[in-house]
Order: sequence, then structure tokens, then C-alpha cells
Amino acid sequence: MELELRGITKRFPGVVANDDVNLHVRGGEVLALVGENGAGKSTLMNVLYGLYKADEGEILIDGVPQHFTSPRDAIAAGIGMVHQHFMLVPVFTVAENVVMGVEPTTLGGIKLDLATAREQVRTISEQYGMHLDPDALIEDMPVGLQQRVEIIKVLFRHAEIVVFDEPTAVLTPQEIDDFFVIVESLKADGKGIVFITHKLREAIKVADRIEVLRRGKTVGDSDPKTVKDTELAEMMVGRPVDLVVSKEQHEPGAVVLSLRDFTVRDPSGRLLVDHLNLEVRAGEIVGIAGVQGNGQTELIDALVGLRRVSDGTALLEGQDITTANPRDIHHHGVAHIPEDRQREGIVKDFDITENLALTGYYKPPLSKGVSIDWKAAHTRAEHLVEQFDIRTPSVDTGVGTLSGGNQQKVIVARELSRDLKLAIACQPTRGIDVGSIEYIHERIVALRNAGVAVLVVSTELDEVMALADRVVVMYRGRMVADLPRASTTHNEVGLYMAGAKESAA
Amino acid sequence: MTAATVDGNPAPSGPERSSPPKLIAFFDRMDAYNNVLLPLLAIVSALIVGALIIGVTDIDRIKDGDIGGILSTIKDAYLALPSGALGSLRGISETIVSATPLILAGLCFAVAARSGLFNIGATGQMFAGGMAAVWVGFSMNGPGIIQVPLALLAGIIAGGIWGGIVGLLKARTGAHEVITTIMTNYIAGLLTLWLLKTEAFQQPGKDNPISKTVSNEGRLPKLFFWNDDPSQPLRAHWGFLVALGGAVFMWWLFERSKIGFELRTFGSNADAARYAGMKPATLTTLAMFIAGGLAGLGGASQIIGTNFNATESFAGSIGFDAIAVALLGRNKPTGIVFAALLFGILEAGGRKMQLETDVPLDVVLVLRALIVLFIAAPALTKLIWRLKSEGSTSVLQFRGWGA
Repeated sequence: MELELRGITKRFPGVVANDDVNLHVRGGEVLALVGENGAGKSTLMNVLYGLYKADEGEILIDGVPQHFTSPRDAIAAGIGMVHQHFMLVPVFTVAENVVMGVEPTTLGGIKLDLATAREQVRTISEQYGMHLDPDALIEDMPVGLQQRVEIIKVLFRHAEIVVFDEPTAVLTPQEIDDFFVIVESLKADGKGIVFITHKLREAIKVADRIEVLRRGKTVGDSDPKTVKDTELAEMMVGRPVDLVVSKEQHEPGAVVLSLRDFTVRDPSGRLLVDHLNLEVRAGEIVGIAGVQGNGQTELIDALVGLRRVSDGTALLEGQDITTANPRDIHHHGVAHIPEDRQREGIVKDFDITENLALTGYYKPPLSKGVSIDWKAAHTRAEHLVEQFDIRTPSVDTGVGTLSGGNQQKVIVARELSRDLKLAIACQPTRGIDVGSIEYIHERIVALRNAGVAVLVVSTELDEVMALADRVVVMYRGRMVADLPRASTTHNEVGLYMAGAKESAA
Repeated sequence: MTAATVDGNPAPSGPERSSPPKLIAFFDRMDAYNNVLLPLLAIVSALIVGALIIGVTDIDRIKDGDIGGILSTIKDAYLALPSGALGSLRGISETIVSATPLILAGLCFAVAARSGLFNIGATGQMFAGGMAAVWVGFSMNGPGIIQVPLALLAGIIAGGIWGGIVGLLKARTGAHEVITTIMTNYIAGLLTLWLLKTEAFQQPGKDNPISKTVSNEGRLPKLFFWNDDPSQPLRAHWGFLVALGGAVFMWWLFERSKIGFELRTFGSNADAARYAGMKPATLTTLAMFIAGGLAGLGGASQIIGTNFNATESFAGSIGFDAIAVALLGRNKPTGIVFAALLFGILEAGGRKMQLETDVPLDVVLVLRALIVLFIAAPALTKLIWRLKSEGSTSVLQFRGWGA
């Protein structure tokens, strides 16, 4: 089967998301679609999947124009999509999830035929080497296996072209390798694969062809055998990019943050952070690596006072902050760039001035008595917008209308623009453009050079490796490794992240 | 699968949406599209549907096929509304009398709403405030300069406590405010009924539940104080000014004060509020206290300005009508004042409409309901008027159950 997108243009008010995009993929071929967030990759795929109607252009399958008005049409035409966020029912089994909506039935369509469903799931699973138990519950499965369920769902609906939207974002390095094996077997079976990603190395590794999308346009078609990741990055961004964070040697100073047997439990008593011991020194970046959901979120939440510490202590320059609330923590000179920008970091309905005042509104110079000095806040906001290169028409612009990168810069500006002892940055560059990533990384390194203790939490191993002076790995709530950056490798950290290895950390 | 998964979010509700239709920069600034145009269109839509209803219920004329007659009835009815409400000083006064408690109860709903709470307890909070005020009203006899503020203050405190209980329950136990305000409305209504039969409150010599009368000194002065024609009493009182003061207070609260900023943050994004070191439990309680205080003030002004004694039904349907007022006014103080005045016009004008045409007063209720319907369903209004979608226009943004 051959899929072709011809001249697809999709406009939204004020923005052209796809501008005359041409794309084709044949059976037995892996096409990587790379581009920054906001380049229009997902829009394009939503057009293909019948979720959006293109303003111009057409979709052809084996040369025949198609008219998709809903995902149902796309599925019927043999297109399957594995979304970044899985759509599975946690309390259902693998087989139940797979057949949902297209259940095999008996007795004239009223009795669910689960036996057949199980058998079909088992067949597909074995055919592509996925090793899935049809009767396992989704909630008991690691993310990597859940993804396989999504893949089987798509194959069960007879997809010939499978689209993966950022499939590796939630996987450990080892799971990513397994995933690529599955992709290879799909390819060998004659399926066409579209692999959407912003991770260039993965695209080069797995794709037969790479298509680069920038600002809604296809800007180049590359052969992964010859192209270098720096060339791809340049095509993606439109200018030369420095993929390496430049960082001089820096001697760490005194201990700023010290965690002793730091323990967090959920309300039922289950350990989320398990007796963690960690020190962060002035002028040092400690990177916490780990697959999402291994206690990093809970560790930071407890540290900044958003969650109760069950056991152990946290000392900031010798002062006990174990039971301090977020406001106290702020007072102590701790900056917190939260993991989920949209959920915690900003208020989308507020303008930039208000968002920049979010953590300092209650004290001078931003407040006078019981009221807020909005004039002062406004002036300060204008200053910060300039200082932190926030691209916005004005400080009165709603933060919800900014790009992810600029939203993140608003948070960074708010948190880093004061006297700090410790800066905690969680997923500081998730889902933002390369330009903003470079900028935020520079800021973080500058903080360290200025003698601030920095704790960076990221599930992107590349980011931790690029920034950290010391790499700490969390696995199932425990700190399983504490390695000097200079003497460790991606591979070693990856093994710790997968829990395959444990040092006496 | 929604547009939210689009990377870069070029979805209509996402970033980089275009600015509202370029009317005038002034309108742009006040978000004219959502705050002015949609409410106006909702009113116009309601009037059109209302006209249809007046038409099709005029059975006699329909039987005779008297289209001209039907049209003239509609015309007469719609002319009677504004002329009845605004055509005379008496009409204006009655409009204001109706609008006054609606403003305060509308502010009550809006303060809670902008703090992320769906407070449908204005009725109960008005009962609490009104009962406190009537007690101050009949147990003192002046001087007015002390007694009137005291009665209003008593109303604020009683209403505030009544609302604050709901906030405290939510903060402490997570009990949803919709449930608890419905319950506190019942409790307040029945408590009022019981109090009105106690010796302390009941008017001597009466069997029915009615309170003693507020002393002359304890009443709010008349707005049109120069009028001394006893055959044409103008009932509008200073409660209207108090209500306008309430609107100014709400504006200051949300636009200038620290607490208001916290409430707004909490209302828009509770997680961000927690992250920023604000205290959700305190804010929930405080929001409900302030909201209840405003409704209590409304109850008090109704008692010492309009009714002069309390009955079991003095809060009437004001508490619920006020929800409509707040929605129409898009939870903004200025909008609420205008919306309440519009409802006042419908009420005052409706009486004249009923007198002069055969159209029953109930049509006013239908009109109000239709306005609310069109306001609450912006998509419907936009569909009718063929407007393009311009971002989120919903006025109902509350956290889900148990959130």
C-alpha cells in the first residue's frame, strides 16, 4: 500500500499550520517526520487521521483520492495511529482493550466473544514478537508493554500504514531498543511506518527516509545513511544549532541542599521516594535521571513543600526545611521550575504581568499594604520580558497565547530573577523549540557559574547528560546511582534507569 | 483525541489565535467580543424567540389568521417593557428596587465563581443577612446613622458566616459546594420560618410568620427623597448605592488587592495557586465568606430598604435570578450592574405589559430564561448569528466534582 499526501494546507486563525506539505510512504518503509514542536507534525497527522479537514490538498491511497471526515474513515482505509498518550482502559485486560469498539461477537451480535478476541490478540502478538499476555491487566503493565497494546490495537484493525506520534517519549532507553525491533518486524511484514519525532538520533537510526518539517513546510528529504544530526537540526531550526551545552569546569563550593533518608509515601503507605540521601553543592548541577514515574515528581514536590515528607530531613544551608510550606521555601531563596508548566507554572487566563507576579505578589516591591502595585509589576514585567527574551507583543498579552517556549521563559524569568541559593528545574525544556532550549540551558549553566546549587530533573537523558556535573538516577523511588558526569556514559545511565544495574549509591 | 494533542497548538483555542474582529481598539481592550457582543446577541436572540412565543400563544388571533394583530401585540408588548420601566420616575424607581438585591446577589455568585466555586447558596445567605438586619432593625430605634450601618454590617457578617460554613466544609472535608449550598438554603429557609414564630421575632398579635417592623430610624433613606407625593410612593432606596458600592468593592478586590489576586489564581488554576504558596483551604473559606457577605448585604438592604419586615419568603427567587444576572454580566462587576438593571426593567416593565396588552407577566420569566439559555450556550448564539469561534467563551468554568 502506498500513502501520499499532496499539497496539504491547513490554516488556523492567525497561523498556517501546514503549508503545501507533500509526503509519501510505501509499504515496507519507515519514514521519519522530524520537526520542532509547533512545526505542524501533529496537525498533519490529524489531517491524515480525519480529525482535521485540510483547507487544500488531497490524501491518496494507492493513487486513489480519499475523503476522511473522521478517524473511522482513516481506519477503514488502513491507517492506524499510535498516540503519544495511550488511550487504554487501565482496569481492562489487553484483549478487552484491543477489541474495544470492534468486538467479535456471537449469538447474532449480542454476546461478546472474548475467546476469539484473546486468540486473535495472541496471534498478532506472536507474529511481531511482542510477547503480550492477552489476559494481563493494563494497569499492571509497564509503559513499554502498554505501547505494544496500542500497536496491536492498530494492527487488529488491519492497518497497513502505522503512524507513531513521539513513541519514544515515555520509554526507557532499553524499551526504545525493543520498540525499534518491533518497528523492524512491522516493516518486514510490509507495513508502512510514519515515525514522528523530534529526537534526531532516533530518526537516523530507524528511518529509511527522513522528512523535515519547519513552520508547516517540508524543508528537506534526507537519507539517514548520510545525514548528520547537526545537519538535520539546522534544517529543523533554520539556522546552525549548537547541540552541545558549553560549560567550563567549575569547582563546587559548600553543601547547599542536603537530604537525609528523605522518604515520601502515598496515602496508602506505599513508598514513592525511598530513603534518599543526596547533597547538592553551590556551583554544581546535579541531574536526576530516570524514567517518568520513578519518584522524581514526588521527591521535588516534597522538597518544595507541596507534599508531606514522611520521613527524613531536608536541610538548606543547615536550616531544616523538611516541613516548610511553598512560601517559606520561596523565602529561603529556592527557585522551582515545575515539571508541568501548564498545570502549575502558569495561569493561562492571566497575562504576562500577572504570571510574572505569581510568586512575588505578596511582598514589596510588588505590593503595598493589602493591594498589589500593578504599576510596579508592569514595569518589572517589561524589564523581565526584555532581559529573558520573551517573545510577546506586550506584557498584557495572555500567557495562554504564547508558544510553549515563551511560556517556559516566563516561568524561568519569574523564578530565576532573584537572589537564589538553590534552583530546581523539572523538565525545563519539555516540548519547547530549540532556540528556547538553548537559551534556558545557558541560563541554568550561568546560575551554576554564579555559585547557585542547581538540581535538574529530566526524563530526557540527553538533557541530563548535557547539563549535569553529577548524574543521579532514580528507579522505583530509590537513588540507584550517583555518578560524576565526566566518567559515565549514556549507556551506563540507561542501564541504571531501567533498573538493570544498581550501585552502592 | 482532541485538538490539545496538536503540537504547537494551532487549534482555534490555542496560542496565536487571531484577535477579535477589529471593531475599535477600545472594545478590543475590554474583550468586547465575549463581554459585550455575546451578551447583547443573547438578549436579542431571546427577544426574537420571545416574540415567537407571544405570537404562537395568541390562539384567538391565530384562529382568525390575524397576522397583523399578532405583530401589533408583539410590538405593543415590547414597547410596554421599556416605557413601563423607564418611562416614568415611578417606573425607574421600581426598576431600581428590583435591580438592587439582584446586583448584590449577582456579585455574590460572581465572587465565588471567579474563585472557582459554584455558589448557589445566595438565597440562604440572603436569609441569614436579612434576619440579622431585621433584628437590628426592630430592636433599636435610631439614630439612623448608627443603626442603618449596623444593620447592614450585621447582614454582611451573618451572610458571610452562612457562606463561610460552606467554604469551610469544602476546605476541610471536600464536600461539594453545590450540594452544601442547596442544603444550607433549606436550612436557612426553615430556620427563618422557625425564628419568625418565636417571641423574639414575631410581630405581636399575628399568627402568620412575620417579623416585627423595622423602626423608622433604622430604614435606608429613599433615593428620590424630594418626592413627597403619598399617592405615588417612590420605593427606590439607598440600597442601590450600597449595591453599586458592592460592585466597586468587587472590582477593587479582584483587580487591585492581594487577596483578590489569590482568589483569581485559585479560581483559574488551583495547582498554580498551591505552587505559588497560596493556601487553598483559606481561600475557599474566604471566597465563600465574601460571597456570603455580599448576599447577606443584599438581604439586609432588602429588609431595611424595601420590605421593612421579614417574612418566610422575603428572599424569593432573587438568589437564583442572580445566577442568571451574574452569567449575563459575565461575572464582572460592571456587567452585573447592567444585567441586574436589565432584569429590573423586565420586571418593572412586565407589569405594564400585562396591564396594557394581553401578554402575561410570565413572558418576562420566559425572556429571562431564554437570555440565560443563550448566554450559557455561546455556541448556540454563535451558530444563530453565524459568528466564527473566537476562543473560549464559556462563562461556566468550575472544577469538577471532587476536584
